[in-house]
Amino acid sequence: MIETLSARFQRALPGGVDFCSLRYSSERSESLVVRDDILQPVSLGEDAGVMLTVIHGGGLGYAATSDLSEEGIAEAIKRAQAWAERSAGRSVIDFEQIPPSHPQGSYQGPCAQAWDSTSLNDKIDLLQGLSKQLKISDKIVTWAAGLGVVWNDTFTLTNGGGRLEQSFTYIFPSLRAVANEGSETQKRTFGANAYCQQGGLEVLETLAFGESATQIATEALQLLDAPDCPTGAMDLLLGPDQMILQIHESIGHPIELDRILGDERNYAGTSFVTLDMFGTFQYGSELLNVSFDPTRPEQMASYGFDDEGAPATKEFVIEKGKLLRPLGGVTSQKRANIEGTANARACSWNRPPIDRMANLNVEPGESSFDDLVKGIERGVLMETNSSWSIDDSRNKFQFGCEIGRVIEDGAVKGVVKKPNYRGVSRDFWRNLKGVGDASTYKVMGTPNCGKGEPNQVIRVGHASPTCLFGDVEVFGGV
Amino acid sequence: MSVQTYFNELADHVTSLVSDEEVANLSFAAEDSDFVRFNQSKVRQAGSVQQRELGLDLIKGSKHCSGSLTLAGDSEQDRARVAKLVTDLRERRDLLPDDPHLLYATEPNSSELIKTGSLPSGGDAIGQIQEAGQDRDLVGIYAAGSIYSGFANTFGQRNWHQSENYNLDWSYYHGGDKATKSSYAGFEWDPAGLASKAERAASQLEALARPARKVERGDYRVYLTPAALREIMGMLSWGGFGLKSHKTKESPLIQMVEGDARLASSVTIRELTGEGIAPNFQEQGFLRPDAVTLIEGGAYKDCLISPRSAKEYGVETNGATAWESPESIDMAGGSLVEADVLKEIGTGIYVSNLWYLNWSDRSSCRTTGMTRFATFWVEGGEIVAPLNVMRFDETAYRVLGSNLVGLTAEREMILDAGSYGRRETSSARLPGALVNDFKFTL
Repeated sequence: MIETLSARFQRALPGGVDFCSLRYSSERSESLVVRDDILQPVSLGEDAGVMLTVIHGGGLGYAATSDLSEEGIAEAIKRAQAWAERSAGRSVIDFEQIPPSHPQGSYQGPCAQAWDSTSLNDKIDLLQGLSKQLKISDKIVTWAAGLGVVWNDTFTLTNGGGRLEQSFTYIFPSLRAVANEGSETQKRTFGANAYCQQGGLEVLETLAFGESATQIATEALQLLDAPDCPTGAMDLLLGPDQMILQIHESIGHPIELDRILGDERNYAGTSFVTLDMFGTFQYGSELLNVSFDPTRPEQMASYGFDDEGAPATKEFVIEKGKLLRPLGGVTSQKRANIEGTANARACSWNRPPIDRMANLNVEPGESSFDDLVKGIERGVLMETNSSWSIDDSRNKFQFGCEIGRVIEDGAVKGVVKKPNYRGVSRDFWRNLKGVGDASTYKVMGTPNCGKGEPNQVIRVGHASPTCLFGDVEVFGGV
Repeated sequence: MSVQTYFNELADHVTSLVSDEEVANLSFAAEDSDFVRFNQSKVRQAGSVQQRELGLDLIKGSKHCSGSLTLAGDSEQDRARVAKLVTDLRERRDLLPDDPHLLYATEPNSSELIKTGSLPSGGDAIGQIQEAGQDRDLVGIYAAGSIYSGFANTFGQRNWHQSENYNLDWSYYHGGDKATKSSYAGFEWDPAGLASKAERAASQLEALARPARKVERGDYRVYLTPAALREIMGMLSWGGFGLKSHKTKESPLIQMVEGDARLASSVTIRELTGEGIAPNFQEQGFLRPDAVTLIEGGAYKDCLISPRSAKEYGVETNGATAWESPESIDMAGGSLVEADVLKEIGTGIYVSNLWYLNWSDRSSCRTTGMTRFATFWVEGGEIVAPLNVMRFDETAYRVLGSNLVGLTAEREMILDAGSYGRRETSSARLPGALVNDFKFTL
């Protein structure tokens, strides 16, 4: 495909424009779900198209099309050029200030065991088996096991000889069990669908997918009979499958440079972080170390280059609690005159790149899980995100989890249902008082992060150890 | 060749590819859209998107397999790719077990709705929007163009829905997080209409310039504008009105469906496809009735039923999509006069917008969320000051039930500005709501 489209692009290139690029993206997918022991409709997807971008006279315009013919590409270039001319002198930045990028390189994500290395029937049998393990009681009223794959191939060509090729494989395992009695319904899932990674079917073994169903169903039943989560200010121990949400909403989004520059104020929101805070602001306690790391191969948003062509490197955005740099690609960096990260990303061929999170990880500390628990006189362990809400400046949040466990006098006690907590971002992270070691660390992801106008939903990675916070407002049901 | 003709030719081609024992359901979604994003009244990103997507479900007996494909929009180019999709689906399908919940339309029921509009050129749109942003901090998105939806099957059914429209969704910022949110959406672009909307939105900026007020946690009398109420309706629509969520006990309205919980008698909610802008057909070929009453007089009435749920639970479908969520939701108005709302609040809070709602306790239909944009402290029936953002935690049974004072007679038609994947066609027609003891928690 790349040679065909390259030839068409070269022939369609207009003379006299400052910059022109073609970004191709193809996503193929297959999804299998067994719900209540019945295989749901099987779907195959193929989504491919190109985004043409023209910079001319200081303006930038784009045109996306699913017509990959030479005429289609030439027509899209004309439309992009027209938008560049219309926006010249009217834009948030004179795009001539940004040196044109003509990068060359390639990146191949991991995949040890190909999707087709096992038959369709074998995969359906696996899901049927897990489905039966989920149905352990009449009180389990609906249950499901699923497995999905996405193959994404991209390349970018520029009028200056730039040529980047990248390809990725993603695996999405899922389990859920819903228990009901009267008007009380409780649900447990396989990490709220956050156990997703790059790779092939080997990921399933890494994540112990095949061994998780019975525990999920058992816990859903336990929740039916559990008391509500206690209410009050207390210690809060968060498992990795809730930490990833906490990182995402109250660190990741607030330090996105396009939010700080105001681009998202009409939709996703602004940020309590301002440009003058980088290098000085104490975001959290000294235990907090956060990295932007697109180099960990198995994680959801690992790549070689972002969609503006910047090479991806690991960078610390918070070190010993101090805020160091924002998440912002080349365009945002130029607008704000600050160093950022290689995170200008588009969700597909039909959307332009904007600042996204990629992989944003809390680095492991030195405490074992037992050490963290032993330090708690009164608190709650919460796992698996079920609810998330935060203000448009990313300050006042309220998050809920599927399951809680009371901790008293250094020991984990019984299960509690409807665990929720609320707080303010900076106060919360400054109350970080324990960070789990590598044995508590899990690599996960957020498959559906929404942002941007026009809207974009993109895959983001997060990894985290179990973490302990002090003096958190915790509460349960009505 | 028109997009409709292209789709019909593609459907004819697929019909020629399938055997007598096979059935094919085709769904089609396409758009030719312009998008211009603004920040600080300047262009952030400007461009256009042209996309054509075909969905195909290939059926034989009770076995089927579905696939989707983005296409060029040119019959010559696309026929070979569609033929390969048919081959791939046939091969995959034959490996699959029977689907006991498969249901699709077999009696042809064709329809066509084409709504043309009058849209500005890209250059004119940028110029007029920047004029509305002159000396102001305007941020938002202009989206305009044609949206196409189609359905076809091998029984000869053809459905087509085409709309040429625009949606400017924007905010004026006073500073920090203090802003007023507005939209200008429709089919016939009129510079005077935009200017009028802009002036109305800008008139709130003066009040936003006053020193902001903080209020303590507690219960307050509030007025929720239609835009704010839409966020609450969005939560109810998240599983509240679908048959499957009722049957699997996951409905947030489970206490209404299975218990004695009720909303106020003034609350009537309908899925009013006949007056919305969404297509009236779905991907198995069933047509939707003009109206489905979901809540009547505060009591649960009917729900949205996809063909799959209909087969699974042994009832009739009413043409809902697989998600079983309203796309053209309509709530009856009440007797409050909008012009009297500040007086009716007396002392309390005027909430223009809510934001980022989610469940605190789904079984109790209890949600949390934030105030956003122009939210004001009101005393003596007058706006006194903008309010800093507050978090609320409330159940629908209080907000639209025991604590509902009244609904406005006037209602607002809100066209969805969303564009995940492609531009949305859903809408909501809602009144405003005056509510007592609305609980703020942070």
